[in-house]
Amino acid sequence: MSYLELLKLAMPEAIVLVTALVVLTIGLTSGRRTAEAEAITGNARAAKALCTLVAAVGLVVAIGSVLMLPQSSNLFGGMLVISPLNSLFKIVCLALALATVLLAISDKSVRHYAEYLATLLFAAIGLMLLVGSEELLMIFIGLELLGLSLYVLTAFDRTSIRSAEAGLKYFLFGSTASAFTLFGISLIYGLSGSTALAGIAPKISEAAHQPLLAAGIIMTLVGFAFKITAAPFHLWAPDAYQGAPASSGAFIASGSKVASFVVLGKIVLVGFATAHGSANWHAMIGGWSPLLAALAALSILLGNFVALAQTNVRRLLAYSAVAHTGYTLIGIIAGTSAGFAAALFYTTVYAITLIGAFGVCGAVRAETGDDDLKNFAGLSTDSPFLAGCMAIFLLSLAGIPPLAGFFGKFYLFSTALSRGPSQGLIWLVAVALFGSFISLYYYLMVLKTIWVDRTTAQHPALHPAASARAVLLVTAVAVLVLGLLPESLVRQITFSLR
Amino acid sequence: MIAWTIYTTFAAAICALFAPRSFARWIALLATTAGLSITCVTFAQTPIRDLAQFKTIVQVPWVPALGMNYHLAIDGISLTLILVTSIVAVSAVLFSWDVDLRPNEFFFWLLLVVGGSYGVFLSADLFLLFVFYEVVIVPKYFLIAIWGSTNKEYGAMKLTLYSFFGGAFIFLGILATYVAAGSLDLNQLAQFHFPSQLESWAFPVLFVGFAVLAGIWPLHTWAPTGHVAAPTAGSMLLAGIVMKLGAYGGLRVAMNIFPHGFQIWRNTIAVFAVIGIVYAAAVALRQRDLKFVIGYSSVSHMGFVLLGLATANALGVSGAVLQMFSHGVIGALLFAVAGTMIYRRTHTRDLDQLSLLPLRQALPFAAFVFVVASAASLGIPGFSGFAAEITILIGAWKSYPIAVWITGIGMVLVAAFTLRALKKSFFDAPGGTASASSAVSSPSFEPITLPEKIGAGLLMFATLAVGLYPGVLLDRIKPAVESMNFLK
Repeated sequence: MSYLELLKLAMPEAIVLVTALVVLTIGLTSGRRTAEAEAITGNARAAKALCTLVAAVGLVVAIGSVLMLPQSSNLFGGMLVISPLNSLFKIVCLALALATVLLAISDKSVRHYAEYLATLLFAAIGLMLLVGSEELLMIFIGLELLGLSLYVLTAFDRTSIRSAEAGLKYFLFGSTASAFTLFGISLIYGLSGSTALAGIAPKISEAAHQPLLAAGIIMTLVGFAFKITAAPFHLWAPDAYQGAPASSGAFIASGSKVASFVVLGKIVLVGFATAHGSANWHAMIGGWSPLLAALAALSILLGNFVALAQTNVRRLLAYSAVAHTGYTLIGIIAGTSAGFAAALFYTTVYAITLIGAFGVCGAVRAETGDDDLKNFAGLSTDSPFLAGCMAIFLLSLAGIPPLAGFFGKFYLFSTALSRGPSQGLIWLVAVALFGSFISLYYYLMVLKTIWVDRTTAQHPALHPAASARAVLLVTAVAVLVLGLLPESLVRQITFSLR
Repeated sequence: MIAWTIYTTFAAAICALFAPRSFARWIALLATTAGLSITCVTFAQTPIRDLAQFKTIVQVPWVPALGMNYHLAIDGISLTLILVTSIVAVSAVLFSWDVDLRPNEFFFWLLLVVGGSYGVFLSADLFLLFVFYEVVIVPKYFLIAIWGSTNKEYGAMKLTLYSFFGGAFIFLGILATYVAAGSLDLNQLAQFHFPSQLESWAFPVLFVGFAVLAGIWPLHTWAPTGHVAAPTAGSMLLAGIVMKLGAYGGLRVAMNIFPHGFQIWRNTIAVFAVIGIVYAAAVALRQRDLKFVIGYSSVSHMGFVLLGLATANALGVSGAVLQMFSHGVIGALLFAVAGTMIYRRTHTRDLDQLSLLPLRQALPFAAFVFVVASAASLGIPGFSGFAAEITILIGAWKSYPIAVWITGIGMVLVAAFTLRALKKSFFDAPGGTASASSAVSSPSFEPITLPEKIGAGLLMFATLAVGLYPGVLLDRIKPAVESMNFLK
């Protein structure tokens, strides 16, 4: 394999990397002092616009280069795998990064804009490495690159103590979880003699029921449970979602989660395929599926009940994210490719929805100073556009048809039930339905504040930048269209899993 | 052609949202009138024998990977309910002609309820039916929470959470059905032989889910509070259409797909229905708020529908469908009088306070309409209520003679609270010279407007026409009921 060929296959990552460096250079040459100054000079503003433009163009070109990749290829025993599934989710991750870049331009809490964008682009490379690899070491490197970039993005708002606190919490929990994962990986490697996912499965079937294997699986999963905010590993999420700059929050809640679900699915369905076990109610068998089922049930119940008590919208979204993680896990627990497809559909829709919801929160925060529930009062009169978008996002999260969240839930639960003749996962589906019934209350309370409550304070200037408005419009339309015509994405995902 | 009721209504909803303020109500009126016209033309043109089967009118693949189709069909039951929906929709728009607060959004939500209801009644695909069913629920929240009156946010939230609670049950039932049969087509599912163990638990799950919206005792408490809190058009739609969605779903989905489960559980349903009839009527007798009286009377009348369904014979079930039509019209009429004709003018619904006002002299038209509506509600022959309830009771006599006796008590109570409300609101004003003087001293009530007269006239015509000649609907309902699974 020549380097030229390698470069061809790693082209999307290379493009994003070069873009990040160019953005950094622009930031350096335009001078930091001007950006530090309170009054932003025309020069700095031009540099900011240029950075955004370069980043956006770079991401679009990267998406194009993903489309140009060959159908399938496998380098270095799974370190870089190109398959329809990986390419599809590279595109999804890049698109989410693009949306975040466009949202970030109206985020006033972000200084040193070029560095912010560059870090964001590094995180995007982390996502692509995660999605594009089927080898445990490479996956770990991807996790770390993503994690370290996200810690920085979280703590980026230097004026806010909340942001610093969120960054520190995220970092402490994250590094602990990474340590667990690395230790788990080492155990798995010791048992199977391989770090490639495809090589692990046959080996661990011989080693079934070893306590060491159980420890290896559990520890590996801890790191991912942290990334996807499954309870009880969710403790960082409320602070990170609330304290981080809105665009960072959007990226953590969407891109990081999608990529983690893709990798988690691949690890357990390919690598640990032979240790599936069973999560059926009366016939639990040891393996990773009862483990994930316990996490899912706990996440659904805890996330929904705690969300009921929240008064900050982003914090509320964080707890609801925990619950949505629980729903999504059900598809993976089913252990079939249909279940995985449903989980991927759900998490993609969820990511699109959350990008939009964080965009609205960011706009409200920029104008009214915060994004507590009371700051949303009367939003429908101040800005019908933002209020309408938020209604679509929240109703989709609540699973109201004809929005995409509803179809996603139906798809997810029906595939989970159709595993095996006895419908053994029905207990988990019932828990999920109960959880989504509870979630209606808090989503409706936000909508009530937006549409019913009236406030004396006037905020006529609720107009985010044009690019942010475009992102909101596109995400809202996407949520509606994916609900009315889900076939397009479903076909893409099921085809790529074949 | 009947499918266009759905499309015109949803299209009009979007237009109403973006139209200039003063056009919104005209768009709504145009769309609902178009719906009524389409329904009437279909009603007149479709031969009766074509309405015996649930006949496909549109079928387009929607999500082939999961076997979902955009599949609409119609039979006599659907057509009857489409008819009541379109009638109530027109008069609901007419009775909200004076909505001044955010009219665009008001008519947007109102049309969504109407369009979603058309969709439910026409769906022949279980997934599609559920989509339309849930589309109806959210608009109700906003209609009540923004434009409602007494305790509106509480009433709205309670109603919405009850609806979604039922929705979660339905969702679970649909999933179980889909996974077991591998299909979502209602006609195919009706022919499918499910394991009896599945039928015995999936039927109650589905039926209870739908029955929440039909106001089954003891899950009825959302109905009175919701009706009271809702604006006039909101209560008209709730009583006239939305409660029928629940009963229709119970019949079309739960009973038709799981006939054996239905046989196991129908005695229980009958018990709950009879308790609901008597209990709600007794509670209505003690209410002071006129809308609460009507709200509980709705629960009582819906109890008749459930009793009719539980009889499991053609007569009883046909009567239940006729009662859905009849109560839809009468309930809407009662709420129109209470909400717009009385409350908007007097600003009180307290029966004791109303009895002090000379309403009969001040609003003679309102008095006339309320007398007609009350007569229809308590089952005077010549109105649709009588035809429907007598059909149900004859059907019930074959299955549950005791239930008919107990229901008799309920009917006496219905008569009692209806007459009490009628007397207190219109015929209790202090007599003699005192009444004359107070009539002179309070001429401030604005007269009944033309839209209100047309709306009330439409509803009165519907109940009278069907009451005088119930065959016009029964001839279409009965063959459709007879072709259903649980009778075979």
